[in-house]
Amino acid sequence: MTVETIDLDAAGVRALNRRLQGRDGPVAGGHFIVTNAKGRHALAVGLTEAMDVRIRGHVGYYCAGMNREADVTVEGNAGTGVAENLMSGTVRVTGDTSQSAGASGRGGLLVIEGSASARCGITMKGIDIVVGGSIGHMSAFMAQAGRLVVCGDAGAYLGDSIYEAEIFVRGRVESLGADCVEKDMGERAADGLQTLLERAGVAADAREFRRYGSARQLYNFRVDNAAAY
Amino acid sequence: MSGDRTTRSWASFPPHVISEIHRAADQGLYYIRGSGAWRAVPSFDDLVFLGASVSRYPLEGYRERCDTDVTIGARYASKPVELKIPITIAGMSFGALSANAKRALGLGASAMGTSTTTGDGGMTMEEREASQTLVYQVLPSRYGMDPDHLRIADAIEVVVGQGAKPGGGGMLLGQKVTERVAEMRTLPSGIDQRSACRHPDWTGPDDLTIKIQELREVTNWEKPVYVKVGATRTQYDVALAVKAGADAVVVDGMQGGTAATQEVFIEDVGIPTLPAVRLAVDALKELGVHREVQLIVSGGIRTGADVAKALALGADAVSIGMAALMALNCNAPLYLEDYEALGTHPGACNLCQTGRCPVGVTTQDPVLEARLDPEEGGRRVRNYLSTLTMECQTLARACGKSHVHNLEPEDLAALTVEAAAMARVPLAGTDWIPGRA
Ligand SMILES: Cc1cc2nc3c(=O)[nH]c(=O)nc-3n(C[C@H](O)[C@H](O)[C@H](O)COP(=O)(O)O)c2cc1C
Ligand code: SF4
Repeated sequence: MTVETIDLDAAGVRALNRRLQGRDGPVAGGHFIVTNAKGRHALAVGLTEAMDVRIRGHVGYYCAGMNREADVTVEGNAGTGVAENLMSGTVRVTGDTSQSAGASGRGGLLVIEGSASARCGITMKGIDIVVGGSIGHMSAFMAQAGRLVVCGDAGAYLGDSIYEAEIFVRGRVESLGADCVEKDMGERAADGLQTLLERAGVAADAREFRRYGSARQLYNFRVDNAAAY
Repeated sequence: MSGDRTTRSWASFPPHVISEIHRAADQGLYYIRGSGAWRAVPSFDDLVFLGASVSRYPLEGYRERCDTDVTIGARYASKPVELKIPITIAGMSFGALSANAKRALGLGASAMGTSTTTGDGGMTMEEREASQTLVYQVLPSRYGMDPDHLRIADAIEVVVGQGAKPGGGGMLLGQKVTERVAEMRTLPSGIDQRSACRHPDWTGPDDLTIKIQELREVTNWEKPVYVKVGATRTQYDVALAVKAGADAVVVDGMQGGTAATQEVFIEDVGIPTLPAVRLAVDALKELGVHREVQLIVSGGIRTGADVAKALALGADAVSIGMAALMALNCNAPLYLEDYEALGTHPGACNLCQTGRCPVGVTTQDPVLEARLDPEEGGRRVRNYLSTLTMECQTLARACGKSHVHNLEPEDLAALTVEAAAMARVPLAGTDWIPGRA
C-alpha cells in the first residue's frame, strides 16, 4: 500500500484539493496523509471517490465539505461546518468541532470523538452524526432526516422545528426546542442505534440513550401555533 | 356622488386594508402571498431618457451597431459566463414553479443566449437540459443541495436575501409540496414548508469569504460566484460581498417577486430598486471594481426602458422574475373561471402560494400544469426577451451609444423630486439633484 503525503506548507490548499478530487491523476482507493493543516480552511472538499485521507493537525472551516465516498480523518480539532453537506463516505474528527458540524449533510457518517459546539447537525438531511462528547445549543435545528447521536449532554433548544430526523442523547438535555419531543425508543430504533454506534467505533449501549423527534405539530400553519413561529 | 359625507373614501382605511383586518381577525396568522410589492414606490417609470439631438448625435436604428453582450465573473472564475444580452432569468424554485415553467424559461433564455437560475429546491435535470447557461443557487435552506449540481452548473449564486423579503426565510405551502417536490427537499409531502433565513454554516462577511473559497475549491475555481442580496443597506452589503470575493453581486429591490411570503415583508421591508442601483454602484466604485465585479439588478424590471435605465445607472445586467412569468401567461385573460374560483381576476392575481395557478405557471397540479406547453412557453419567453433587448438598444442608439453599457446617468432626467434624489439625476428641466449642493 503506497501512501502519498501532501505537505500543505509546500503544496497549498488548491493543490491538495485538485489532487484529492482526481484532477491531476487517479485517486480511487488511494491513501493520503496531509501534514501541516494549521487550521487552513476548505481542506479535502468536494471529493468524489473512495479513498482514505488522514489530516494531521487542526483544520479550519468546512473540512471535508460536500464529499462523496471518501473516508477523511482529522487528527485534531475542526472549525465551523466540518463535513457540511456530506453526501456519503465518512468523516472522523478525533478532537472537538466548532459550530454547524455536519450542517445540511445528506448522507454518510460524521464521527466526532470529542464534543461539538452549537448547531451541530443543523438542517441535516440524511447524514448520521455520532458525537462522543456533548453538543451545544440549537443543535439539529430544522433537522430533516438522518440521526444525531450524542453520548454526552445536549445544549438548549435541541431539535427546534425538527422534521423527520431522529436524535439520541445519553446524558442531559438542557431543553428541547419547539416541536421536539421525547419518543419511545422501541426495539427497531435501539437496534439501529446500536449498529450505528458500532459503525462509529463508539463503545456505548443503545439502551442508555433517549430518543427525540418531531411532534409534527408545526407542520402546518395554524393560529394555535402562533406562539411557536 | 363620491366625496360627499356618506360615501367618501377613507384614506387610512382603503378597502384592501379593511379586508385584511377582517381576514386577520378571522385567521389569526399573517397573510402569505406571491408576487412583489403592489404599492406605488419611486421606480424607473419616474426617469426619462434625454435622446440625442444637436448637442449629441444618435446612432441609426437597425444600421449602426449597438452591442448588448456582457461577461460575468472574470474577476476570479476561469470560465466566466458570456451572455448575448444583459437580461437574465432570476432564480425561481422548482416547487414554486411547475416543471413546464422551468423548462420554458430555460428554452426561451437559451434561444436568446442568456442564463436562467435554479431556486430554493435544487436543480432538476429538465432545467439543466433546457438551459444553455444555468446559475445554481446556494440558499439558506440547502434543499436539494448537491455538489454534482454545483459541478454541472455554469455559475453559482449564494443567496443571502431577496428583495421581497430581506431578512426572511422561504415558504412553500403544503398544497405545493407534492411527492416529487418533497423528495427533492427531503421533507414530508403536504407540509407547510418554512425554510431558514440564515445559512446553516455561516454568518457575516468573514465566514462568507470562507464559504466562497469552499465553493470555488469544490468547483476548481472555474465558475463565477454571485452573491444575491435583498436591497436594504445596499452600499454596505455590496461592499462586503465584494470583499468576501464575489465575482458578481445581484441586488434585488423591494418590488421583487416571490412565490410565497408574508405580505408584511413584501410591502414593508427593503428599499426600491431605483435607489438600490445607485447605492450598489457607489460601493463598487468606492472599491474600484465597478465593471470588474458585475452588478445584476432585479425587482420590477418589465420593459426595455427599465433595462436601459438600470444599465444607465451603472448595472451590468438585470434579472427578471414576475415579468418572465407574465410572458408565460401569468395574469393573462385565460381560464377566467379558475381565476374566479380563487377570488381574483386576470390583472389582479398574486395567488402563486395557493398552487392553483390558472395558467399552469406556479402549480404542481398536473391538470393545471398541462396548460403551459414548454415549447410554446419557450417561444414566448424568447420573444419577450427579444422585445426587451430591442427596446433597450433603441434607447441606447437614441442616446448615441454603440453598446448598451455606454448608457450613463447623464442620459437621464427625473420626473419627480423623489426619483431625482434616489437615482441622483437632475429633476427634468433643472440642474437640481436633491441632496447635492
Ligand atoms: C415564483 C417566484 C419564485 C421565486 N423563487 C426564488 C428562489 O427560489 N430563490 C431566489 O433567490 N429568489 C426567488 N424569487 C425571486 C426572484 O429570483 C427575483 O429576485 C425577483 O423575482 C425579481 O423581481 P421581479 O419579480 O420584479 O422581476 C422568486 C420569485 C418568484 C416570482
Ligand atoms: S396567474 Fe399564476 S403565476 Fe400569475 S400571479 Fe396568479 S398564480 Fe401566480
